[in-house]
Amino acid sequence: MSAADLNLLQRPNDRLRRRRLVNLGMEVLAWLAAAIAVAILGIVVWSVAKKGAGALNLDLFTKSQANASLFGGPVRQGLANAFVGTLIVVGLATLMALPFGILIAIYVNEFAPRAIKSLVGLTLDVLAGVPAIVIGIFVFSLIVVAHGQSAYAGGFALAVIMLPFVARATIEVLALVPNSLREAALGVGAPRWRVTLGVVLPQTIGGVLTGATLAVARVAGETAPLLYTCSLVAQGTHWNPSQPLQTIPVAIFELSESASTDDQALAWAGALVLILFILFASLGARWLATRSRRKMLGAVR
Amino acid sequence: MSSTIEAAVRVETKRQPLPPRERLEQVFDVQDLTAIYGSKAALKDVSMEVYKNLVTAVIGPSGCGKSTFIRCLNRMNDLVPSFRQTGTIRYHGQDIGARDVDPVAVRRTIGMVFQRPNPFPKSIYDNVAWGLKVLGMKDDLSERVERALTQAALWDEVRDRLKASALGLSGGQQQRLCIARAIAVEPDVVLMDEPASALDPIATQKIEQLLHELKQEYTFVIVTHNMQQAARVADMTAFFSISRGEEGERWGELIEYDETEKIFTAPSDKRTEDYVTGRFG
Repeated sequence: MSAADLNLLQRPNDRLRRRRLVNLGMEVLAWLAAAIAVAILGIVVWSVAKKGAGALNLDLFTKSQANASLFGGPVRQGLANAFVGTLIVVGLATLMALPFGILIAIYVNEFAPRAIKSLVGLTLDVLAGVPAIVIGIFVFSLIVVAHGQSAYAGGFALAVIMLPFVARATIEVLALVPNSLREAALGVGAPRWRVTLGVVLPQTIGGVLTGATLAVARVAGETAPLLYTCSLVAQGTHWNPSQPLQTIPVAIFELSESASTDDQALAWAGALVLILFILFASLGARWLATRSRRKMLGAVR
Repeated sequence: MSSTIEAAVRVETKRQPLPPRERLEQVFDVQDLTAIYGSKAALKDVSMEVYKNLVTAVIGPSGCGKSTFIRCLNRMNDLVPSFRQTGTIRYHGQDIGARDVDPVAVRRTIGMVFQRPNPFPKSIYDNVAWGLKVLGMKDDLSERVERALTQAALWDEVRDRLKASALGLSGGQQQRLCIARAIAVEPDVVLMDEPASALDPIATQKIEQLLHELKQEYTFVIVTHNMQQAARVADMTAFFSISRGEEGERWGELIEYDETEKIFTAPSDKRTEDYVTGRFG
């Protein structure tokens, strides 16, 4: 660098000063945007925690909801029936969506011609964007009109919502499996299905579980489809999926409209548990994802 | 004859002269093979034979279609959607390019080792055993695994850690594991697509030694762009080169195919001589 250039660098320079100022301003704006996102989550969690903490005790998990308006309202009640119901409904949804989603992903990534591949991809994106309430009405007209409400119907509605998430996530991890691995397996004379089941799919278990966990977290809080399909519930804790079962989001929805402050506190406690569940599920999914990615990249090199 | 040719020949190990070609058993008989990706020909009009229990090297500059050629020999190109081929490839007299031939059956008898070591992310043992299990060769599984690893000169290095992940092996060990995996299922032919190009000289030397020992049992076709390697390991050598059309299109062509010694000492084509003496490529 010549001496003249050095002079230019050392001289106080208006343009440089202005650029630094603009840079600083933009950095602050970007930082603020990020901070606001974190703050919103913080405020939501904090306010839910504050209002729900009062009802957060062992009874919440061991006792069922009682109908306050009929019996004058017991002093302490819980949401055990809703937790059981959510467990069953979401479990059913996962049982339906997971194998189906994995099969879609295997077809799309391993066997489908390019045109069908992008068509199915587009379909999945559109399906993921369909409002939950529309899926609720759809399942209502498909199942509930003829057979009445049940945990099966609720599970089916949630499965429709889960499906594109599970399929998408699985397609993404399948695409990460290096082709050299498929060639290696084909090279020893293995048929395609053995290659897919024996070599490709085991590589993706972590990623598939991640996608499934995120999908579970996503549908665990869905309310609208369940209102149509699984909301007219009997009192007490039930395990029979051919009946409609109470679920956490529907319980929150109903309790929050109650005049009783006990009920409202119960709704907040349910909301807190739901948020914590989703938080831990997402963290778990993240941990699984980094773990399986590391494993997979180790396979390439 | 230039000194470069002599240098190339000197590194070659002492070899027995080959019997006349009519007396060798043909494994592959390739006639007018043209390989096309999309609308672009990667390889045009290749005709050559591959003989049993010999090492046949395919050499040539990058882009001359060497890899495409050997991937045609076990239908590996089937995986590429836009690929098609014309001409015939007879394997012991049977046309394996035909539509009704099961590519899986072809790959069972014609194994492959790839450019970069690609062990399965399974244990060392399972890497070799997986193919055996898939093909139903489940009797004496452990013995078969041990035999394959021994043949691939890897047994002594891994016998104490068969359950360990194959990904923990060095690159050279991984490649020998891939060779063990390929020969465990008792193929007739083993195709090798630049098997040593990602390896250091010592690992390369081990693999070349393997070829010498294993060719009693198998037929090898090896792609390499290392001419010394071809000179060292191959009995027959095919030289491929790039041809250019009038409109600038490029395709690979078989220029000359002969005994390795002839290719490196007295090539009959000027292009072969230019390549093996280092004037081109």
